Amino acid sequence: MSISIVLLAVMAVMYASGVYLLLERSMTRVLIGFLLVGNATNLLILIMAGKAGLAPILEDGVTASDYTDPLPEALILTAIVITFGVSAFLMALIYRSWRLAQDDEVDDDADDVAMREVAGGVPEEEAAEAGDTEFGVRAEAAISDARDLEEADERAAEAMATGANPHSGPPTDNGSNSEGGPR
Amino acid sequence: MNALVPLVVMLPLLGAAGALALGRRPRLQRIVTLVALSAVLAVSIVLLIVVDSQGALKVEVGGWTAPFGIVLIADRLTALMLVVSATVLLAVLVFSVGQGLADGDDETPVTIYYPTYLILATGVFTAFIAGDLFNLYVGFEILLVSSYVLITLGGTEPRIRAGVTYIVVSLVSSMLFLASIAMIYGAVGTVNIAQISLRMADIPVDVQILLHTMLLVGFGIKAAVFPLSFWLPDSYPTAPAPVTAVFAGLLTKVGVYAIIRTETIIFPGSELNPPLLVVALLTMVVGVLGAVAQADIKRLLSFTLVSHIGYMILGVALGSVAGTAAAIFYIVHHIIVQTTLFLATGLIERQGGSTSINRLGGLLKASPVIAVLFFIPALNLGGIPPFSGFLGKLALFEASAEQGSVLAYVLIGGGALVSLLTLYALIRAWNMAFWRPAADVEGYDSPLMRNVTEAPHATAVRETRSTPRLMVAATAGMVAVGIAITFVAGPLFAMSTRAAQDLEGPGGYVNIVFPGGVQPEVTDD
Repeated sequence: MSISIVLLAVMAVMYASGVYLLLERSMTRVLIGFLLVGNATNLLILIMAGKAGLAPILEDGVTASDYTDPLPEALILTAIVITFGVSAFLMALIYRSWRLAQDDEVDDDADDVAMREVAGGVPEEEAAEAGDTEFGVRAEAAISDARDLEEADERAAEAMATGANPHSGPPTDNGSNSEGGPR
Repeated sequence: MNALVPLVVMLPLLGAAGALALGRRPRLQRIVTLVALSAVLAVSIVLLIVVDSQGALKVEVGGWTAPFGIVLIADRLTALMLVVSATVLLAVLVFSVGQGLADGDDETPVTIYYPTYLILATGVFTAFIAGDLFNLYVGFEILLVSSYVLITLGGTEPRIRAGVTYIVVSLVSSMLFLASIAMIYGAVGTVNIAQISLRMADIPVDVQILLHTMLLVGFGIKAAVFPLSFWLPDSYPTAPAPVTAVFAGLLTKVGVYAIIRTETIIFPGSELNPPLLVVALLTMVVGVLGAVAQADIKRLLSFTLVSHIGYMILGVALGSVAGTAAAIFYIVHHIIVQTTLFLATGLIERQGGSTSINRLGGLLKASPVIAVLFFIPALNLGGIPPFSGFLGKLALFEASAEQGSVLAYVLIGGGALVSLLTLYALIRAWNMAFWRPAADVEGYDSPLMRNVTEAPHATAVRETRSTPRLMVAATAGMVAVGIAITFVAGPLFAMSTRAAQDLEGPGGYVNIVFPGGVQPEVTDD
């Protein structure tokens, strides 16, 4: 099977840029990425059809291997239609998202964020408080930085306390002590 | 009898057209949808009986003979999957009709919901009867595109956020699948599954492994197998209850079905079985550990869904008749039980106004019926005898022990542990939501709840709504079907074994498509 090197290179470039765009947070870029990847796949199907030949219309005196393989082209047509339909749907979705939030960025899942904060050591109650701000989910990053510092203080105080006396009181007491200190 | 095979696709498709045309007459639309799916269920049952007694059916669409035209195949596995999925689709439809009637259809835009639902059914059925890799791709696309519409139904902000994750991940998996079809076509020059299977033997093993891996990654994303399962718990819980129920029950299983076909017919060799066993173990363990940390019942169930996909992959990866038979039995059990649990959660949400176990309480007193409807499938999924979950796991463990490798025994241990953890997560949810008195919910402290997390404001308590009888009846019907599996477990397992025997070596399947062997002029390229 012979392969056109130009087609192959074009396909590779389209796949690479398509995948790069698919990894973006902006939905518009994702849409363009999807179009690139979809068409790169169509090119792949075309490449897999092998060498180009005569139009596949039965004629006398022509051997089967001289014709172009028509099946991949039929597959590409179907794939194009599907890509078309899905991109129309994606565009509607982007429009809807923009209408709702003036924004086409994909946010993190709120529960995942909560999980991450618990795993990172932020107590659950504080995480719950952070969510009540009017700045929405997006503002949490900035606030959680501030909270982390506070907690680092708490931990330092805790470490000092436990270093002095392993049977000290519950950590919450130490926390309030350290908070009271600077004031 | 051959005419019955395309009917399972035609009926819902025509029903969808009818339902769309009747958009302004919700009552008629509901009737059309119900009639279409009931008819499919009836056809599937007849198909199962015919196929089981007389052998598989083959339809050459448009009269074009097998390697040139598209073939539709209904063997035992297909027929069994058709019956189970038609049952689930019908039950969930009744549930959503009940919900729609009660809420005045304000949450689900009725003109779109029923036609899309039927097209989803069309896609699922197309994938099951496809005898052609490209047709399988088209089936997947039909069901995926309608699932995009259903998961973003109503177009609220959280649904669009969840929907985008789901859509982008599904698009990537579809592209991978399409690319692997292209590569397979380049390697063997056909997309007919039986003919691929015949010609694949001549392909060098390393190329085979490459093609095999590409297909498995594409299907693995759809089936939510471990490293590719991250999207599922993010996207399923935000959809309306009936939509989540049908997605959880069916869509991942279509992926598993495609994996079974890949493993048994297209690539019957065992090169990738050990890595698949490892993936199965990881899917089970990682999934259930996620479930243990969730406060939201819908998310918890999504994680157990991922976890239990691992059991099915285990059965397939064993590469024996016993393993495949157990996997098929487990798929039937899991489709029904997982859907039931999501439906019951839908009832909890209406009754309690939330799905978070941090906020629910005292539901046992408020509605003992829902308590029972959640408790039975929870025990079933956790694998308590005599329910089908226990029988399915037992069959899987027996098949693993029969294979006898160290890895297989590790998987038995892992599987047992995972079923205990599933039970722990579900029973804790039941305890908190039903058993705990409503007065204790505020400031509740218990070691059970220490490591449970949820988004701070995602599941605020909403107004509670009445639970219509139709919704309870649909859920109760599914619970009854789940219990009934225990009673027909013997015949059902015998049927799964026969289906698995059909799949032992690709010869049986190839014989269905090419009864007299492939004609000599056909193989000339």
